[in-house]
Formats: sequence, C-alpha cells, structure tokens
Amino acid sequence: MGKKTINNRYNGLKNIGAVLVGIFYFIPFYTVISISLKTRTDRSSHWALPKNPQFSNYLYALTKGKIGLAIINTLIVTFFSVFLILAFGSIASYPLARVKNKLNKALLSIFVGVMMVPPLSVLVPIYKEMVTLHGINTYWGIILLTTTYGLPKSVFMFTNFISTIPKELDEAALLDGCSQFAIFPRIVLPNLKPVIASIVILSGINIWNDYSFQLYILQKPKLRTITLAISTFFTEGRANMPAAAAAAVLSVFPVIIIYLCFQQYFIEGSVDAAIK
Amino acid sequence: MKHIKTFLQNDPRALSLLTLPAVALFITFVLVPIISGLRISFTDWNGYSQSYAYVGFSNYQEMFRNDAVWVAFRNTIIYGFGSTAIQTVIGLSLAMLLCRKFLMRNVTRTFVYLPAMVAQVIIGYIWYFLVSYEHGSFNDILKLFGHAPVDWMAKGWRAILFILLINSVEYSGKTMIIFLAGLESIPHVYQEAAEIDGASGWQVFRNITIPMLLPAFTTSLVLNIIGGLKMFGLVVALTDGGPGYASHSLSSLINSMYFANQQAGFSAAIGVFSFIFIMCVSVLLRKYLNAKDMKYNG
Repeated sequence: MGKKTINNRYNGLKNIGAVLVGIFYFIPFYTVISISLKTRTDRSSHWALPKNPQFSNYLYALTKGKIGLAIINTLIVTFFSVFLILAFGSIASYPLARVKNKLNKALLSIFVGVMMVPPLSVLVPIYKEMVTLHGINTYWGIILLTTTYGLPKSVFMFTNFISTIPKELDEAALLDGCSQFAIFPRIVLPNLKPVIASIVILSGINIWNDYSFQLYILQKPKLRTITLAISTFFTEGRANMPAAAAAAVLSVFPVIIIYLCFQQYFIEGSVDAAIK
Repeated sequence: MKHIKTFLQNDPRALSLLTLPAVALFITFVLVPIISGLRISFTDWNGYSQSYAYVGFSNYQEMFRNDAVWVAFRNTIIYGFGSTAIQTVIGLSLAMLLCRKFLMRNVTRTFVYLPAMVAQVIIGYIWYFLVSYEHGSFNDILKLFGHAPVDWMAKGWRAILFILLINSVEYSGKTMIIFLAGLESIPHVYQEAAEIDGASGWQVFRNITIPMLLPAFTTSLVLNIIGGLKMFGLVVALTDGGPGYASHSLSSLINSMYFANQQAGFSAAIGVFSFIFIMCVSVLLRKYLNAKDMKYNG
C-alpha cells in the first residue's frame, strides 16, 4: 500500500518533468512556426501567437524561394544515393561477412575507417577532382560522392547482420548445386529486409540533411537542395525573415511526417547502427 | 581460361570481387582526394586558377603560426569533448526519466528526438531567431524584466558556449535512444533482488544500472566525440566563425579559407591536419575502450 502511493507520487512528478522537457524541446519549433505565420511588418514578440495566422510566407517560400524545387532536387539525390548505398553495400558485405581472410578483414577495417573521415578535410581536393571529371553541378557527381561516404555505415550494418544468418543455409544451397555467386541473391538477400529498412532510414536522413558535400558540388541555383536553399534564404534574404522561417518549416516537415509514420524503424535503426 | 572459370565457381576468395564497386568508389573519392590533398597542401593554389607553384612546407609553417588555426583547433576539441560530456549527462537523465511507462512518456520522447532528425544548418538558423540581438526571443524575455538586450553571439566565449550548448541539447535525443535501448536490456530481476536486499535507489543506480549500461556509454561516446569533432553546419549557420574567427571549428575554418579567402593550398593543409587529428583520436578511443572492455568482461 505504502509503496504504491510513493510510486504514484513519483509518476505525478515524472509527468510534470516530462511535460517540462517536452515544452523545452518544442520552443525552437514553436518559434519558427509562429514567425512563419506572421507578416513581415508584425513586430510582436516571437513568443506571441500570431494574431491572424496567414500562409502567404509559405507561398512566397515555395514560389520565389523555390523550396518546392529544392525538395525535388533533394529527393532525387537522396533516392539514387540510398539505392546505390544499398546495392553496393549489400554485395560488398557478403564476402566480408562470410569469407574472413586477410584481404577481406583489411577491406572491412578500411571501409569502417572511412566513417571517421571529416568531409571538410578532403573537400578541397574532392572539389578539384570533380572539376577535372566535370562532376560539378551534376546529379551524378553529388550522388556518387554521397554514396561513397554513406557506404561505410551500410557495409558495417550489412556485415554485422549477414554474420547472424546461419552459414548452413549457404552450404545447403551449394550442395544443391547453387553457384557461389547465386547464393547472395537467392538465399541471403531475401533475409535482409529488416537491416535494409534501417539503412534506408539512416542514410536517407543523413543525405536529406547533408550540407557540406552539396555546398561544394551543387553551386547552380537550379540544383540547390534543401539545406542550400535554406541557407541562401538566411544569408541573402535577411530582410524577409517570415519567409525564411516558412522555408525552414517546409524543409523540416517531410522529415517529421516520415518520422511519425515510421517511428519504430528510426529508433531500431539508430540502435542497430550504434550497437555491435 | 579454365583456371579462371574454376576459380570463379569454386574458390570462396572469388567472392571478394563483389566488393569491387565499393572499392572503386573509395579509391576515386577517398584515396585519390587524400593523396591529392597532401599534394595541394604543398602549393599556393588559389582554388580556381590553372597555374600554381610548389611552396614546400610554408603552408604548414604558416599553419602553426596562424592564430585562427589554433583557435579553431581548440574550439574543435571543446565542441567534440564538451558536447560529448553534456550529451551523456542529458541523454542518460532523459533515458532514466523516460524509460518506464507513464502517461506523457511517448510524446516527450518524440519531442526530444525530433530535432535530432533536422540538419545542423537548419537547427542553427532556427536558433538564430532565439539568440539574435534585435527582436530575438531571449532578448524579449530580458526586456520583460527591464534588462537591456544582449548581443549573445558577439563575444567569442559566449558564442562558443552557445554553439556547444545548442549542439548538445538538440542532438541529445540520439544519446537518449542508445541509453534507452541499454536500460530496456537490463533484466528487472537484478534491480528487484537488490531492492529486496535493502539497496537504496542510488545504490541500485550506481552498482547495477551504470555497469550494465557500459556498452551504451561506449557507443554514445564514440558517436558523439567523432560527430562533435566534425562540427560544421551549426557554426556556419549561427556565427559563420565570428566574431572574427573566435568560434570557428577546423571544418568551418577550412571552408572559409577556401571560399572567402581563396587560400586553397592553405586550407588543404588544415584539412590534412584535421584528418590526422580525428584519425588519431578515433584510434586512441578504440584502443582505450577495448582495454576497458577487457577489464570489465575479461
């Protein structure tokens, strides 16, 4: 009896604590939403709710600010990069997980080492190389570059996951006359669904949010992705802050919707990626 | 010809051919840039012209004399290790608060995790509205109490502190998720047994929860240190390195040396330096944590 009341009292405190934490984390979002619904001449505090909420800033961000175009560009880059990360990552991981010879062990540690490379430390030479390859301001340039730096995490996750699939499956298939290159598509690939979901979400978010690679490779306004479009808004359009706020809300919106729909996968995915 | 065929069909080593697309990309976009970065760091290239001259070690000599590089190096360490310390404390506290089921748990978890889904530049620009001098949210509160507005990002140390805190708070959701997974994996019987034996809440936390969370500490440590040392977007959005060069990280300094100052050779040298620095940190970190693992489990 006594213990139960203590627990209940704790739960009350916990609820209050949790609400305060939630409010605290919501303040930046509240601020940017509230600004985006006010007119440019509205000098009320950012804390104040908009008196007459209006969506003209969103219209401005979509038409003049070309946020719609930026979202499409980001979708293109994200879609193709994630596809290549899955394709190249999964086939590379199969030998790394199954045949543990010196070459493969070395390859795995090199791949994983690339995860540590800070993009900015190599961007000057990458930019120079891309100029030579005519990859500046091209979709393929940014897609191949993003794929390369997204691959390590996917190789790491695929290799760990394939190691947990019993090797006996492969051996049985070999005895049945399956060629060794056919085992991956026929036996292993159908079992990879959960890790594929995690990788799609993790690398999808990373590429959607990338700033450094895109900043160097996509310099034409027509090719601007979301992060580039938003930063242009804030650096060149300091006069029109409500529209900049609307642009920021628009860019965050798709991520939040996808997060709310697939919450469980996000959490599982980030835990998978982190814990060996 | 026949040799090749039997090799492909029967030798498991042939499977390594499947790594070729990945290896090709790594050679093109990691290995070649690292080597050519080294080469550029010995030149006076300005970033766009066709001609440049080799200048020996002068970029590196300049680097060790240059105040901005030292400041950026110091800030990178602050951003990397400072954020990690704060994120570990916030992430663990939030995980402890939000691990058992109660009414507001899931909503709060979602609000804490949401900013971790948003790009650093965008978080930075959103926070600009809160910390800006004119009409910023923080200054509105100060005005309410009759205090004069403060230009939050105008002093070097304050700007560094703000970048550090914003990074730690907004991305602590990731750390929280790792600790939550760790907490959920601790069998309840351990805590119950300790409570029956008369252990206090603090003793249970200190002697059962913390040791059981060791793998979670390791993972979040590695992720947060490496992530913090790469700090770029937040600095660009909040201060662009300013005031002067006071709040630059190595990454943002490389960017501004290249774009704003057209010193490609010099910024390539800083790139080589930051590459070596982060590689050393991650190797030492792995060694240290592996040794620690052995101590606890071996």
